Amino acid sequence: MRDLFSRTLQTTIIFLVVGGVLALALGGYFSSASNVFTGSLINLQSWFSSRFFAVQDFLTAPRDIASLRQRNAQLEADVSKLQAQVIQLQQEVGETQNLAALVDFSRANPENDYKAAVVIGRDPSPFLHYVIINRGSNDGILRGMPVVTDQGLVGRVDAVIADASRVQLITDAASNVNVHLQNAETEASLVGSVTGDVTLDLIAQDISIEAGDLVLTSGLGGGYPPDLIVGQVVNVRSRDFDLFQQATIQPVVDFNRLEFVLVIVNFKPVDFSPLVPVP
Amino acid sequence: MRNLVAAPVILLAVMMQSAIVSRVYLLSGIADLPLVMLVAWALQEEVKTAWHWAVATGLLVGFVSGIVWFVPVIGYVIVVMLAQILQRRVWQAPLLAMFVVTFLGTIVVYLLSFAILRLSGVPLPVSDTLGLLTLPGVLLNLLLAIPAYAVMRDLSRWVHPSLEVE
Repeated sequence: MRDLFSRTLQTTIIFLVVGGVLALALGGYFSSASNVFTGSLINLQSWFSSRFFAVQDFLTAPRDIASLRQRNAQLEADVSKLQAQVIQLQQEVGETQNLAALVDFSRANPENDYKAAVVIGRDPSPFLHYVIINRGSNDGILRGMPVVTDQGLVGRVDAVIADASRVQLITDAASNVNVHLQNAETEASLVGSVTGDVTLDLIAQDISIEAGDLVLTSGLGGGYPPDLIVGQVVNVRSRDFDLFQQATIQPVVDFNRLEFVLVIVNFKPVDFSPLVPVP
Repeated sequence: MRNLVAAPVILLAVMMQSAIVSRVYLLSGIADLPLVMLVAWALQEEVKTAWHWAVATGLLVGFVSGIVWFVPVIGYVIVVMLAQILQRRVWQAPLLAMFVVTFLGTIVVYLLSFAILRLSGVPLPVSDTLGLLTLPGVLLNLLLAIPAYAVMRDLSRWVHPSLEVE
């Protein structure tokens, strides 16, 4: 009987103690102690986990690095191949765009017959502004034929061999093109220079010209067909003591990036040199 | 037979000049690759055929260029003459001779071109020609001089291997 009382008392005390502890824990009285305890547990588990990953990396890394290197090399090769393809396609797109522009130009100007050509070189001398194209007498090219792009006038054929021609650009110092100003309705002479700048000369002093005026071939002299776009007036030099005004022209054609040109093959330049009196 | 090596080298130099070098501008000046290669070849001790190279290069450049054909021929022959003279004087300093001949040769060729074009009625302002063409051209040629000399020295040793062994 006494044992039974003693056990019941023990059990009751244990329940009371446990219940009290639970009540205190639920009431937040043990939070600092529990934080320390759980924190220690978490740190311990983290340490075990990190050691596990370290061992796993040590055991599996060599195989992964080898396979990754192989995969990386393969991907780099693929990237290089694709980059080369992209560059090639970009070039082809650029060429196609240029050729499409030339086709559009030839369709828009059906009065002329054109022969497309690629610029394959420039004159070796810095004094001259000539380009070499890959069309010659075998393609019906003759000396004096005008050369254009879809943007405007380039120059004219200066010399021809079987499969190539040399074209004198309008920027050449010896080039002289008869032009007219669209807005001012006046004739003038377009001359090149050794530096490649293009100037409009022989404009009468009483003519009013402004920056932005369009310059076109006049057809005078028979060297070029009329109404080919040459460029725009950039600025005007007019001094009272000069006989004529001068104007700097911005050509519409970018001569530094000339790749494709059109030769007007049905234009026969007029050679009037026999009519010029010999002194 | 050794002279035959000149043909592909000259052709290559003129093609590169027309296709590549002529498109690389410094102001309005460009380098003259055939001239620089000619100078480098003429300064090689073993080379005795530089005159042939000069005439052949001049004719080829004259054919490609719009300038009168005899201008590059005469210009390049004078350049080789300068190289031969200087080679005997300062043979112990070939690079110095290379620079001097390149400088003088460029001036000579430009002067000839300028004179002929002016005589044929092309308007060429002296100031523009000097400041925008000649000086940048000289500078570019001097920049090309060292690599051109190295290439032509190797070519010369390849063409004349027996002299190298001795």
